[in-house]
Amino acid sequence: MANISVSTSDKGRATGTKGDTVLAVKDLAVGFPTDDGLVNAVRGVSYELRRGQSLGIVGESGSGKSVTSMAIMGLLPKTAQITGSAKLEGEELLGLGDAELSRIRGKKISMIFQDPLTSLNPVYTVGYQLAEAIRTHYSDISKSEARARCIDLLDSVGIPNPQQRVDAYPHELSGGMRQRVVIAIAMANNPDVIIADEPTTALDVTVQAQVLEALEKAREEVNAALILITHDLGVIAGHTDEVLVMYAGRPVEHGSVDEIFYQPRMPYTLGLIGSLPRMDESRDQRLTPIHGTPPSMLNLAPGCPFRARCPMHQDICAEVEPDLLPINGSGHVAACHFSDQLEGKAPDDVFAPVATDLSVEAEVEAMDAEGAAAADEEDK
Amino acid sequence: MNAMLDTPQTAANPVIAGKDLVKEFPVRSKGILRRKVGAVHAVSGVNLEIGANETLALVGESGCGKSTTARLMMNLIEPTSGQVLYEGKDLTKLSRAQMRPMRRDIQLVFQDPMASLDPRMTVFEIIAEPLRVHGLFKNGGRDRVNSLIEIVGLNPEHRNRYPHEFSGGQRQRIGIARALALQPRVLMLDEPVSALDVSIQAGVINLLEDLQDELGLSYLFVSHDLSVVRHIADKVAVMYLGKIVEEGTTDQLFAGPAHPYTQALMSAIPLPDPRKERTRERIVLQGDVPSPSNPPSGCRFRTRCPLFKTLSEDQQAKCIDVEPLLRSDHDGLTRAACHYAKKKQLV
Repeated sequence: MANISVSTSDKGRATGTKGDTVLAVKDLAVGFPTDDGLVNAVRGVSYELRRGQSLGIVGESGSGKSVTSMAIMGLLPKTAQITGSAKLEGEELLGLGDAELSRIRGKKISMIFQDPLTSLNPVYTVGYQLAEAIRTHYSDISKSEARARCIDLLDSVGIPNPQQRVDAYPHELSGGMRQRVVIAIAMANNPDVIIADEPTTALDVTVQAQVLEALEKAREEVNAALILITHDLGVIAGHTDEVLVMYAGRPVEHGSVDEIFYQPRMPYTLGLIGSLPRMDESRDQRLTPIHGTPPSMLNLAPGCPFRARCPMHQDICAEVEPDLLPINGSGHVAACHFSDQLEGKAPDDVFAPVATDLSVEAEVEAMDAEGAAAADEEDK
Repeated sequence: MNAMLDTPQTAANPVIAGKDLVKEFPVRSKGILRRKVGAVHAVSGVNLEIGANETLALVGESGCGKSTTARLMMNLIEPTSGQVLYEGKDLTKLSRAQMRPMRRDIQLVFQDPMASLDPRMTVFEIIAEPLRVHGLFKNGGRDRVNSLIEIVGLNPEHRNRYPHEFSGGQRQRIGIARALALQPRVLMLDEPVSALDVSIQAGVINLLEDLQDELGLSYLFVSHDLSVVRHIADKVAVMYLGKIVEEGTTDQLFAGPAHPYTQALMSAIPLPDPRKERTRERIVLQGDVPSPSNPPSGCRFRTRCPLFKTLSEDQQAKCIDVEPLLRSDHDGLTRAACHYAKKKQLV
């Protein structure tokens, strides 16, 4: 565990700090013990977040992007094995007790979840739940003051008629309105950091645009730093300054949003961009899928975890897992042995734009599903 | 008003067509009597035509009636009024027994590949089931299933595995293989890639395109994602509250949508391009979709329409009183159901 974490300590990102750092995550690793062994869900994540900055975290399902944030918020089950450090304004968050975390959560750092219906309590009015967020941290505030603040907050996230809506129950609001309430709760105590985990995935596109606008406005008002976790590269492009691409529990590329989208230096990032259908490109452009599936996080083989799906892989990829190495002086880092070969490459130079490739699929299967195959034999 | 006479620009012989489809679901009172107290107007007068080797995309937000339309086109639910024409026959008039052989030609692929595959059946059995149901398995069914597994890009050696042993993209391929088993002519694809990760989604989209080229299939592609639609569709119909508000070929629509709703929908889709994202025009709609049990009079979009707010009182009165019909006598290339349709280039 330790040697993996150390190998990804962030060398390229140390310089160039503007403004003060609010959140510093270093070598964060999370493992979940299961009956089959330890699942290394996060294997060494490091980043620094400055005040007012927004960081996008992208990756496929199971890449560890949510687990990273849950670990920072102290929301993982007790069985999780967490190592590394996460410092909020110099204060270590990992290893804090529940009482100490409750003092920080919702006040200095708050979180927005994907499904607003499950993050709100159905038996309390939204006003009650908003006031609760405030009164938990400021017990001397009077009821009427809290209510006035609630109405202000609802107004600032763009809820019409906040005087009436403050007494509404979650089921009386639409999905977009509920997510605005969740955003209002998240910003109630002017936090330093807001973590939004797929905040708009459950919403329709036109509502997504409204909610993202409300989130941007809320963030500007309190000047909070934002961590936006999503699989939607379009949302990332429009709402973040920096992007961290995760694959198999590790960051594989980190850079400014322009660097990631226009000069990706990790084949996975390039593949993701190539596999996106784009509204501004016509039909004759064929998509370039990344074949195969992400590896199992159980007993991960040594070497680069992306090699089975990577058209550029060579022998060294199976032996040495590449570190995040700087591309240039600006802080753009990528974890690939051959990142210099990707300069100026388009996705279809690297990935074949075909529907399927049996050989690649078979290879991936063989590698990560040996256990499944054994079970299959028994079935027969 | 020549709007009624406006004919859509499609192939001469559509494979399947829906005419004036209307579906209302009754809203019943509580208690024992369960009297009908109202109706949800899920689909209100939709016309669709799909030609051979053609993909028609039906786009809209949740609750706009796009999935209901797809189910009406398959005759899975009975329309309140309207016709579905397939091979000159009105499917809605057929009995269950008469409908059964027709079902072979029109197949459905569902959104959630986990929920739509029986977890206790092997892949082979899942794909063989439609053949068995239609009594076609005895006659070379085994080879047919094996070749289908290969066609959709799965390893035939995995035929005895169960759905849970496959990833989301592979499961969706199994769903597609099952839909193809009876050599259909029309595939209804209900959000087939929305549940998949992007890197996987691209492979399934490419597969659907390849299959269409090889087999000459007609697709009705139901989706909420205009970027996927631009890639796969030949024609697009945009739905809002049970009605088609704009239709045209994919090129016409993306060259400049004329209906304010299409414009808002298009500008709401984020582009994976930071520089374009920073500079592009954004139309953010206010409010939510009204309830389909009590849709607004006249133009159903007027309650959220950004254009409506800029109109004079007389013009607004027209939107409130007169229902706009699909028409092409505006400056855009599409047919739009808006009294004040105006082309606007957005991408």
